[in-house]
Amino acid sequence: MSSGRGGGGGRGGGGGDRARVRAFGLRTRLLLAFLLVAAVSAGTTAALTYREARNSLLETAQDTAVTSFRDHVQQTGFSLPVQEEGLEEVLRDIARKGKPHPWVVFAEYGSLRASSGENPVSTVITPELRRAARAKPHGSFERVVKDGVPYLTIAMPTVFKASPDSLLPSGLVLYAVMRMTDEQVNVDALLMAGRDGALPGLAVSLIPGLIAARSVLRPVRKLREAARNMGSGRLDTRIPVRGSDELADLAHTFNESAGQLECSVRELREAEERARRFASDVSHELRTPLAGMLAVTEVLDEDADGLDADTARAVRLVSAETGKLAVLVEDLMEISRFDARAAELNADEVDVAEAIRKTLDNRHWTDDRIRTELPDGIRARLDPRRFDVVIANLVGNALRHGGAPVTVRLRTEARSPGPPVLITDVADSGPGIRPEALPHIFDRFYKADAARTRSAGSGLGLAITLENVKLHGGTIHAGNRPGGGAVFAVEIPLHSEDAEGEGAGG
Amino acid sequence: MPRVLLIEDDPSVREGVELGLRRRGHEVRAAATGEAGLAAMAEFRPDLLLLDLMLPGMNGVQVCRQVREQSQLPIIMLTARGDDFDVVIGLEAGADDYIVKPARPEVIEARIRAVLRRLDDSGPGRPAIVVYGELTVDRVGLTVTKAGRPLALAPSELKLLLHLSAAPEQVFSRQQLLEHVWGHSFHADARLVDACVARLRGKIEDEVGSPRYVQTLRGFGYRFGPL
Repeated sequence: MSSGRGGGGGRGGGGGDRARVRAFGLRTRLLLAFLLVAAVSAGTTAALTYREARNSLLETAQDTAVTSFRDHVQQTGFSLPVQEEGLEEVLRDIARKGKPHPWVVFAEYGSLRASSGENPVSTVITPELRRAARAKPHGSFERVVKDGVPYLTIAMPTVFKASPDSLLPSGLVLYAVMRMTDEQVNVDALLMAGRDGALPGLAVSLIPGLIAARSVLRPVRKLREAARNMGSGRLDTRIPVRGSDELADLAHTFNESAGQLECSVRELREAEERARRFASDVSHELRTPLAGMLAVTEVLDEDADGLDADTARAVRLVSAETGKLAVLVEDLMEISRFDARAAELNADEVDVAEAIRKTLDNRHWTDDRIRTELPDGIRARLDPRRFDVVIANLVGNALRHGGAPVTVRLRTEARSPGPPVLITDVADSGPGIRPEALPHIFDRFYKADAARTRSAGSGLGLAITLENVKLHGGTIHAGNRPGGGAVFAVEIPLHSEDAEGEGAGG
Repeated sequence: MPRVLLIEDDPSVREGVELGLRRRGHEVRAAATGEAGLAAMAEFRPDLLLLDLMLPGMNGVQVCRQVREQSQLPIIMLTARGDDFDVVIGLEAGADDYIVKPARPEVIEARIRAVLRRLDDSGPGRPAIVVYGELTVDRVGLTVTKAGRPLALAPSELKLLLHLSAAPEQVFSRQQLLEHVWGHSFHADARLVDACVARLRGKIEDEVGSPRYVQTLRGFGYRFGPL
């Protein structure tokens, strides 16, 4: 009983753990994974699209600007050496033709600096561009961000044709500085569009996520239910296999294993059933010859006195052992009826104290070896024959293996959950039961005393007692009293049917 | 000493029981089959039938029914199985008691004596013939009539009726009835009582479903009346 309660507590704790795991259960994890995948793919797509779109936007603007700047520079004739006067006018002329956006044109020629704007020198043009301008006669460009404003800077050296296939720099380098604000606005809009598209997409992806989780979880739930059914003994439980995915494979495997398990269990049960039937058949077959033998033991006993000493001893031995054999076979029959669950409880309303007194009287246990504490008026629904076996076995056992005086005490006790119980204690005054023998005391043919190969009983007495108590829905405990001596306590639930039975006359 | 007819198919049991009972002074006739036993009945005129339930050919229950059709001979069944419904069927067929094999001759004899024992309840001052409703019970002649028609009651049925009607409206537990009517120890099989009550009701009650004479007090037992 106590171990059962402990197990229950352990299961409760396990439930708590499971609830905690359930918070991050399969459904949550599936949804999170789905969201993560959707977020990563949406993010990556948006990022790539953004980069490509941005580049192509900027490149178009750049190409237009560079080509147009180059054309303008080439179309403008510069007289060499460059004169400072008139240069600004030329630069302003080029600046007016800025494409796609207006630009500011700067010119550098030796130490000469000029521009179409107010400052003759730009703060945006970098030394790298200046170096590139000298290296590349076809011009070069650079994107610069200054104070948060994006600029395109183009450097275009003016050249003259020295021969049909060689160009010589004239030393005059023109620079165009163009603000790219419009492009930035476009790119920002692109970014916004990407974000605005990805977030609802992500939210929408929750729905297929939920559906997918459901479609995965439904078979999992079915599997769980099926496994629970199997655990509770319904071995014919099978799962319907739908589709051909991994879950269907799992269901298929489950069904196969369940089939094998069912088969093994059936074989085991059949073997057990055969063994049980064999024991029952053997005892049954033994009964008929024993019935004949037992009927004539009396004749043997009576006539043994007239025989010579050896024959008389032999005859008495046969007679005595026949009696023991009959008891043993009877007990075996009884046990096999319990094993086959064929034992019936023929319950009757009895006065328990009276029943116990009759048991003791019938066995002639009426001397001072037996002490009783049997309060009158306790009525219970018992199988009188089985209860008689229980009490007779316990008292007989106490007298044989324990020691007189044996005390039989009857009482009732209220139990907070469930009905009150009838408790019958049988205590002896012997040395008690060895602790290592206690767990086995109700085993069949268990000998508590190894030196004693055969006891007066069949070796099945306590096993039959236990079965009889269990048939009443009760329990039996064996233990030792602190003062010495073994005590067996039988607890049988009291079902109060008196109230409804009282008025039901006729 | 009572004359016992034993019907038992197993030779060793038949011979053993016959020997054991004969040694105790009974006159025993043994038959191996139900048919042979029934045939021996008229000529042997037994006081009691000791009947094995498991017989080849005609089984014990059939023999029991056939005997009951023509006589109220006391019948004790011999059964190889204690808890089986065979016992119940045998009791329903009209057997008065049963013995589980193997049994010692002293046990068999004790049962025979108990079944044959007459109820000693005709105390002084008790009238021999008492009328309860339509029932007339003659405690000396041991006859029961219902509305003037004699009833054929088996020994256990008659004894049960005599015992219950001797103390009308007093409740007897089944264990008490086993002790007083059957002469069993306190812990015998209460199905004996239930089966006997059912048979008795079938003979004396107008409606078995709502008995008037032998009434059930659930959880306690049986009582006679009140009418």
